[in-house]
Amino acid sequence: QAAWAESFDLGREATPEEVAAWDIDVRPDGRGLPVGSGSVTDGEEVFIEKCAVCHGDFGEGVGRWPVLAGGQDTLAGERPVKTIGSYWPYLSTVWDYVHRAMPFGDAQSLSDDEVYAITAYLLYMNDVVDDEDFVLSKDNFADTRLPNEGGFFMDDRHKSPIFARTEVCMTDCKETVEITMRARVLDVTPDQAADEPADETMDQEAANPKST
Amino acid sequence: MKDQSVRPGTTRRDFLRTSLLAGGAAAASASVSTSAQAAGDPAILEVQPWAQALGDGVDARPYGFPSPFEEQVKRRNVDWLTADPVSSVNFTPLHDLDGIITPNGLCFERHHAGIAEVDPAQYRLMINGLVEKPLIFTIEDLKRFPRENHLYFLECAANSGMEWRGAQLNGCQFTHGMVHNVMYTGVKLRHLLERAGVKTKGKWLLAEGADASAMTRSIPMEKALDDCLVAFKMNGEALRPEQGYPVRLVVPGWEGNMWVKWLRRLEVGDQPWHHREETSKYTDLLADGRARRFTWVMDAKSIITNPSPQAPITHGRGHTVISGLAWSGRGTIPRVDVTLDGGKNWYPARMDGPSLPMSLHRFYFDFDWDGRALLLQSRAHDSTGYVQPTKDELRMVRGENSIYHNNGIQTWYVNNKGVAENVEVS
Repeated sequence: QAAWAESFDLGREATPEEVAAWDIDVRPDGRGLPVGSGSVTDGEEVFIEKCAVCHGDFGEGVGRWPVLAGGQDTLAGERPVKTIGSYWPYLSTVWDYVHRAMPFGDAQSLSDDEVYAITAYLLYMNDVVDDEDFVLSKDNFADTRLPNEGGFFMDDRHKSPIFARTEVCMTDCKETVEITMRARVLDVTPDQAADEPADETMDQEAANPKST
Repeated sequence: MKDQSVRPGTTRRDFLRTSLLAGGAAAASASVSTSAQAAGDPAILEVQPWAQALGDGVDARPYGFPSPFEEQVKRRNVDWLTADPVSSVNFTPLHDLDGIITPNGLCFERHHAGIAEVDPAQYRLMINGLVEKPLIFTIEDLKRFPRENHLYFLECAANSGMEWRGAQLNGCQFTHGMVHNVMYTGVKLRHLLERAGVKTKGKWLLAEGADASAMTRSIPMEKALDDCLVAFKMNGEALRPEQGYPVRLVVPGWEGNMWVKWLRRLEVGDQPWHHREETSKYTDLLADGRARRFTWVMDAKSIITNPSPQAPITHGRGHTVISGLAWSGRGTIPRVDVTLDGGKNWYPARMDGPSLPMSLHRFYFDFDWDGRALLLQSRAHDSTGYVQPTKDELRMVRGENSIYHNNGIQTWYVNNKGVAENVEVS
C-alpha cells in the first residue's frame, strides 16, 4: 500500500455515481464493458444511418475519412492499409473508441446496444465473422479476437544499431554527395507558388567554405 | 502603428520576386545603396512618422500583440494532410523564432475533436480505479498543492512524419514545426496520486481528456510518479484553450499525444488499456508488417531553422549565422555538429542559452560564406551519448511506413543566391 499523503488534505471523495458517469473505458480483457448486445444486421442499419456518410457503406472511407475495413495482408507492402481488420489488435478498442468518440461531432450519443451492433457490423465487414445473424454481447466479447493481435511488440529502439554508435566521423567522411530528392519538385507546400523559379544554377557539388 | 507606408516583403515569394528584379543575392544591400542619395540614407535624413507623431497610449493594448511587421510569423496548416481541420495539426513557425521559448500564441496545435472551451468553474479532475479513495479536485484544489516550474519541449510523435519517404514539404515550419517549448507551472502528478493512495497492484495510469475525442493514453506508473506534472500555466499565464485550458498533463520527453489536454480523469489500473491512440495510432509499423507499441520517448533531434526554405540568406556572402534547435527526450544536448557540405566535414556548433533536460536547446554556427552552394545539416548528441541518425539509417531499421518518430538528420540545399530547399542527399 503506497503512502497516503495526509498532509495534502485536498479534494473530496468521488461518489460511485460520479465515477460511473466518467469511467467508461474498456480493456482487452473486457473489463468496463456494460451489459448489452447487438447483431450484424442491427449494426448495418445504425452504421448506414450514422457512420456511412464519412466511412462509406462498407467501411471503405469517403474522401480522406478513415478506412475501417479491408487491407488484410498489406502491412508489409509498400502502401499498407491499416484498418480494424488488418491492423487493430483488440476488439475492445473498437467498442471503447466508437462509444467515447464517435460519431465525429456527436460523441457519446450511441446507446450501449448500438455500440455492440456497430462493433458486430465492423467485424462482419472485416470478415472476422461471416454470419449476418452474429450477435455480439458482453458474454462472447472476449472470445472474439482480431487477426493482428500478435502483430505488436514493446518498444525495442534501444536494441537497434543506432543506439550502439559510440563515435562519429568529423572530417573527410564521404567522397561525394549527391542530391537524391527535392521537395520543390513535389510542390505541395502551402504559400509556395508553382511559378516560383526553379533553381537553374543547382550544382551537385556542394561548397566547402572554411568555418571561422 | 498608424502609418504603415513601409511594408516589408511578407512572404518568401515576395522576397524572391524582389531579389530577382534587383538581380539576385546582392538585392538587399543594392536596394539600400541605390535609393540612398549621395548625402546619405533617407531613413536617417528624413524625419520618420514615428519620430514625429504620437503613438498609441497605454490604454490601447491591454493585452499586447506583435508588430504588424511581424504578421507573417504565424502558425500554418497543410490542408491536404487531414480530412478535416478539427482533427488536425498546425505548425510552429520555427524559422521565425530564436532562443528556446515558444510564444504561447505560436505553439503548434493538435486536436482530435477541436478546441474544447472549458469553463474553469465547471472543471473537475477525477482520480479513480485502484486507489484507496477515489477523488475529485477543482482547479482551486489543484493550485493548493506545492507548485513547480519546468521548461519542457512537447513534440508530436508525427513531427517530420511526412518526410519518411523523402523530401516533401519545403520549410522547417512544416517538416519540424510540431514542437514547442514553454515553461509549465503545475503540481507533481505524484502528489495527487499519493493523496488518492495508489494500491500496490496499480501499475498503469489512464489519462483522459474532457473534449469530444475523450483522448486516452496508458502511462506506466513509474513515469507518472517520476516527473509528470498536472499543469495550469504556460510561460507564466493560464494555458491557452488550444493547449488544454484549464489543465493539461505534462509528460516530459515523451510523445506529445500523451500530454492529455483538458485533463478530466486519471484511472489507476493493473495493465494498459490499449486504447485507440496506442493501437491504431501511435504504433510504429516496421517493414516486416509488425509494429512497435508504446514508443513513448522522443529521441534526440535537431534542425537548422536559419537558413531554411522559408528563411533564405538575403545578405549575400560574408559573415553568416546558422541558427538551430536541438532536443532529446532522454536528457540534455551537450553537443550539435554542423556540416556545410552534406556530411563530408563536420564542425561543432556553439551551444547557447540554458541547457535543461527534455527542453529545446539553441545552437549557432557562425561562418564566412563565400557564396558557394551549401548542403546544411545538423547532428545532435544527447547526454546519454545517443547520436542523431541519418534518415537512411532510420529507414534501414524501420522501413518507410512507421509514420511516427522520424528524428533523422535534415538537409537544406542553399544555392549561390541564398535560396534554401528541402532535399535528401546520398
